[in-house]
Amino acid sequence: MSRSGFKELAIAACLAILAGFVPLVFNNYWLSISVTAMMYIALCTSWVMFSGPTHYISLASGAFFGIGGYLVATGMSDYQMSFWLMAGISALVATILAGLIGAATLRLSGVYFVIFTLGLAEMIRNLVSWVQNNFLGSRGLYVLTDFTEAHIYWMLLVLAAAAYFLGWYINRSRLGFALRIIGNDETVARHVGINTATAKIVLFMTTGFFGALVGAVIAPRYSYIEPNQVFSPELSFMVVIMALLGGAGRLWGPIVGVIPFTLVWEYVSLQFPNQTTMFIGLIFLLIVFVLPNGIVGRLEQVAVKIRQGGH
Amino acid sequence: MRYSGSALSVNGVTKRFGGLVAVDNMEFSVGEHEMVGIIGPNGSGKTTMMNMISGTFKPTSGSISMMGSRISDLPAQEITRRGVGRTFQLVRLLPSLSVLENVIAGAVFGHRKRWGREAEDHAHRMLERVGMDAMSYAPVSSLTYIDQKRVELARVLAGDPEILLLDEWLAGLNPTELETGIELIHDLRKEGRTVILVEHVMDAIRSLCDRCVVMSSGVKIAEGSPDVVLSDPEVIRAYLGDDDA
Repeated sequence: MSRSGFKELAIAACLAILAGFVPLVFNNYWLSISVTAMMYIALCTSWVMFSGPTHYISLASGAFFGIGGYLVATGMSDYQMSFWLMAGISALVATILAGLIGAATLRLSGVYFVIFTLGLAEMIRNLVSWVQNNFLGSRGLYVLTDFTEAHIYWMLLVLAAAAYFLGWYINRSRLGFALRIIGNDETVARHVGINTATAKIVLFMTTGFFGALVGAVIAPRYSYIEPNQVFSPELSFMVVIMALLGGAGRLWGPIVGVIPFTLVWEYVSLQFPNQTTMFIGLIFLLIVFVLPNGIVGRLEQVAVKIRQGGH
Repeated sequence: MRYSGSALSVNGVTKRFGGLVAVDNMEFSVGEHEMVGIIGPNGSGKTTMMNMISGTFKPTSGSISMMGSRISDLPAQEITRRGVGRTFQLVRLLPSLSVLENVIAGAVFGHRKRWGREAEDHAHRMLERVGMDAMSYAPVSSLTYIDQKRVELARVLAGDPEILLLDEWLAGLNPTELETGIELIHDLRKEGRTVILVEHVMDAIRSLCDRCVVMSSGVKIAEGSPDVVLSDPEVIRAYLGDDDA
């Protein structure tokens, strides 16, 4: 059990090192796609850390991501703060916010939690827009840095790798075991002595932490930022769909899901720019009907069959 | 509350669900190393009583104390950590975990905490104890009902509870399984464990329990040794109804 865990980590480390060479090899067009893919890999990996074992579907990714992008933009535009300081502050704010949301909602079960996170993300978006329009004057904010696309890519890679490593570490810890038990049966979890609320809140906070950092790091890419753009609810859905496509049962599921999705998405949005929403719908149907446990789940099924066939 | 020398004491506990009084002013105590049965007809509040002891429900009024300190305000996980372990009326295993992991779950977070190799070894010992070690790596879905119950018992024992709550642990077993089941509980008794069991199987109650508490419509109607209690006219009436009914 433990040896295969280390093997998994070694493979992930090799992949991360290989991924580090992408900006040196690819042209700008492919690098730009890679940045998008890396952004989603980081977001989905941190999403799966919480939602995978517990089966609580969070649609709050957009809110955390938006906090990162918006705070960096406000701090740099209006208060001449450094990028790094604002990125740190945004991560802190998002983590605290996730803790508060968790304390308020993780007692809710299933669908109520989903709806609450969606509503919360929308509320923050409208609140920030309103404050921005009425009190802070300008509608848009500028994020001007010396970062190139390659720098942003590498920073996202570090975040994705950090999220993966943390997830791997948690999976092997008591906390990870507790989350698996919670995902199976919360009543049993309490009766074997697990403080279910604390376990869930801690994990939800890590999702908030990474979400904000990804939002902060990607902000320089857009240069000009509006609240409506960074707090997009679409992002929350994209994260869920890509993570489920890959398979939320394994930490490396999102990587398997994000890469094909981003490539097909790129093709679809170029060729059929008005049908992208329909494409999301189709992918969702595909997941529900054909890949309920994602690509990873299907691969594992095939692996089991091959092993049995070999005997 | 003064420590009265009992492992668990239930003091004037009442539980209301809306207008329904499920448990009404219950009062009993369980000594250390004692095996006490809670019996009574269906719907008499036995399981509600168990749920209050384990912390699934909070009593509406009254208190429950363990070794003299009040536990009825604590959440379920805290009560487990203090040393109360329970099985469920409808057996509850963790379906996506293996048999061994199910038992480890009981060893990691409970009254005594173990982790890693130690937890695994301990879980194997518990499985051996209930005669299930050969199935350690099987998926839970492949187990028969009695085997599921045995695994659940192993999970509870893995937490080294001071007080064990068995909620109709023998229900739904066929005659051969029942024999195995009764034998297992007998072993617990021989170890000197403090056990509270809710049970309908009268043979088991006679042979296992030191004492019985009889409930009917949420109220305690009798208490004493199984033989005395089971021949009490009021208990017979509660089970079978009045002569003229």
